[in-house]
Amino acid sequence: MVELDILTYPDERLKQISEPVERFDDELREFVAALEAKMRAGPGGVGIAAPQVGRFQRIVIVDVSGHRKVRQSHGRLVLINPEITEWEGLEVGREGCMSVPDYTGNVVRAERIALRACDEHGQSHEYRFEGYEARAVQHEIDHLDGLLFLDRLVSRRSDLFRRKVYR
Amino acid sequence: MNEWYMATLVGRDRPGIVAAVTQALYEAGCHLGETSMVRLGGNFTIMLMARCAQGGLLETLEPVADRLGLRLHLDRIEGRLHDHRIPDVRVSVHGADRAGIVAQVTGRLAEAGLDILDLDSDVAGSEAQPIYLMHIEGLATQGIEALEAALADLDAGITVHLSPIETMIG
Repeated sequence: MVELDILTYPDERLKQISEPVERFDDELREFVAALEAKMRAGPGGVGIAAPQVGRFQRIVIVDVSGHRKVRQSHGRLVLINPEITEWEGLEVGREGCMSVPDYTGNVVRAERIALRACDEHGQSHEYRFEGYEARAVQHEIDHLDGLLFLDRLVSRRSDLFRRKVYR
Repeated sequence: MNEWYMATLVGRDRPGIVAAVTQALYEAGCHLGETSMVRLGGNFTIMLMARCAQGGLLETLEPVADRLGLRLHLDRIEGRLHDHRIPDVRVSVHGADRAGIVAQVTGRLAEAGLDILDLDSDVAGSEAQPIYLMHIEGLATQGIEALEAALADLDAGITVHLSPIETMIG
């Protein structure tokens, strides 16, 4: 399997808008496998998008099932040509990114989303995500549109949206 | 190069302080590291990491501090960049203002293993009825449950919310 390299900010290519996938063939599936390996190699990485490794196609992988605080999730997800069809609620959460080492910041995301996407065999699926998993999916889809979480940071001092309260 | 200093500048707030201080540093060939700049009680406060290729930081900052009416303090520090720690808990506190809120809350949190990475607090409300607010981000080195337990029998009138920070690395 080819070892993929992560592009890091300020690499201009991270601002590129990715193209839809049209051919669901073995080459695509091999790439998806290599992309997943790269995601799992990173410390704590729960998602990755193809443009992060310099392939500008609308492919993301998310798997939050290994995260200690996530109780329910869809497990391993390959989301190709994803389209968010519904948004609901807003929530502040902290994000970091393999393409932006040594920085984390607060970002507002939709709490719940509905999404349509193809898997690596070209099969179309519909999903509903919430919370941490919804955040990961939105973060990765942003990469397909040339956006980083840095483009959506909110001030840590002015807390416009109340966080979930623990007790 | 490579010797970091911490510069502290404090004085009556007015427009243009940040621009003037950082322009002087830039023109002297200095680099900024991490900084914190905020208005506190009508004063503008700056703490900034800086290092200079040549020449002294003091000679660079003194004239601009004098011109803007800022007190200047410099310390050589053992510091470095790219040393961020990711907080895993956020603590929000509010209540009617009185002496001792911060001491009481942070004292208990420290005993229960909280390592504070960032704290800001403020007095709001009115002069007749001031309220105190505090936000902390930190590392719960003994777990959030330990922090919760430490705050269980806090004085009435102080409201504390603990919430985990789940950082999503994508």
